[in-house]
Amino acid sequence: MHLQTNRAGLTKGLISLLVFLGLWAAVSAWVQDSSLLPSPAAVARVFWSETLSGEMARNMLATLARVIAAFVLAMSIGSLIGIATGRNPGFNAWAAPWLIIFLNLPALVIIVLCYLWIGLTELAAITAVALNKIPMIAVMMREGARALDPALDDMAATFRIPPHARWRHVIAPQLAPHFASAGRAGFALIWKIVLVVEFLGRSNGIGFQIHLNFQLFDVARILAYALGFVAIMLAVEFLLVQPWEKSASSWRQAGRRNGH
Amino acid sequence: MDIEITGKSFDGRPVLGPISLNVAPGEVIALTGPSGIGKSTLARIIAGLDTDFRGALSGTGRVGMVFQEPTLLPWRSAIANIRIASGCDDKTARDALEKVELGDRLEAYPGQLSLGQQRRVALARALATKPETLILDEAFTSLDEATAGRMRSLTRAILQESGIQGSGFQGSGFCTILVTHNPEDAVELADRVVFLGGNPAEIQAEHKIAAPRQTRDLNAELHLMRQALRGAGEGRIR
Repeated sequence: MHLQTNRAGLTKGLISLLVFLGLWAAVSAWVQDSSLLPSPAAVARVFWSETLSGEMARNMLATLARVIAAFVLAMSIGSLIGIATGRNPGFNAWAAPWLIIFLNLPALVIIVLCYLWIGLTELAAITAVALNKIPMIAVMMREGARALDPALDDMAATFRIPPHARWRHVIAPQLAPHFASAGRAGFALIWKIVLVVEFLGRSNGIGFQIHLNFQLFDVARILAYALGFVAIMLAVEFLLVQPWEKSASSWRQAGRRNGH
Repeated sequence: MDIEITGKSFDGRPVLGPISLNVAPGEVIALTGPSGIGKSTLARIIAGLDTDFRGALSGTGRVGMVFQEPTLLPWRSAIANIRIASGCDDKTARDALEKVELGDRLEAYPGQLSLGQQRRVALARALATKPETLILDEAFTSLDEATAGRMRSLTRAILQESGIQGSGFQGSGFCTILVTHNPEDAVELADRVVFLGGNPAEIQAEHKIAAPRQTRDLNAELHLMRQALRGAGEGRIR
């Protein structure tokens, strides 16, 4: 039954994708200007030629490396701040105004300031992206830390569970759904901000290619690079994030199957 | 174990007055009294969860506790719950689950167990720590009468066994504090019933149950206990 539902969902998803491509092809044929809106086939040809030349992989890897570096940095620092503020109201009273300020600073301002203060370097690019996302991740993790079950805290204290085991078996599993949500939301936004950072101040990456081809009015190349990277991000979502979430919540499925 | 409390307040409101209690190894004390009187507060103090009180505790040692709710880790199996909390090896955890008749549910998650089974895992977890003080805080509430009865019988057998050398638990017997509002729990399991009453709560009466646990006439003991506590607010317990 579950398998059938999955298959039905997959079929609908594929049909929806084909409809999108058909619509794109129809509008492109109607416009009759490949420099304005090239057909899907034309974009695919550009994608293939860039792949064969090695340019696609080189730029994708550069962007992907920045995404991963900024993601790891933002998740680590954001989670630490979030857990600390969620568990310690005194610290939260000090940190909350800072979080609000950084949450409301436009991404572009942080990027420009980082480039001005640090220079047009890799460090500035990654710092700018991480700084943009740390407050959001901290706020999400703060809510998770506030929702930790005090009864389990009592249990861990009564049985004197050592700190590392308490973290691994009592606290981390409660934070896992919040960590997954923060990770997913963070990842989705980080790669978009990385493109802006590359657009403004890097000499490689998908954002740089979009900047370059914007100046050359080459819409086919802009679409080929952008859609290629979207495909990579979707693959990460389906092949890494979703299977991890599924395995982390396997105990919930077991409980539901049993009807308790 | 010696408990010498001179007072405990919440936000300036006194909850517990002077309480002096001595529990011998192997002895089971039932702490009873009306709901909300402060029994669980006293249990939390003994467990070391509440240190904001006036007075002193000594001889509590290693504490094993069965909470009002099972308080298991839903994302870990029954056997893992025991191993993580008690720090015991696999065999001890397995033995503890077998003692509570859950030897066939070692790998089940708490969500796959009934409330009665979860309570038994919680009891096994407390016993696997090889406690010097065992606290059972309303451990039989929210269970239907038949399940509560089975749980009481099982606990009685385990308490009996705990005083026997080489039983797999604490050979010399551990101090047990049974927090309950139900007098039937008290007469079935305790050696001594301590009745808390007043505001702030103090020990208003004590009743010793002389008959051995295994051969007690529960109705007769209940009658004797009610008589003993009559002058100390017996009407407030069922």
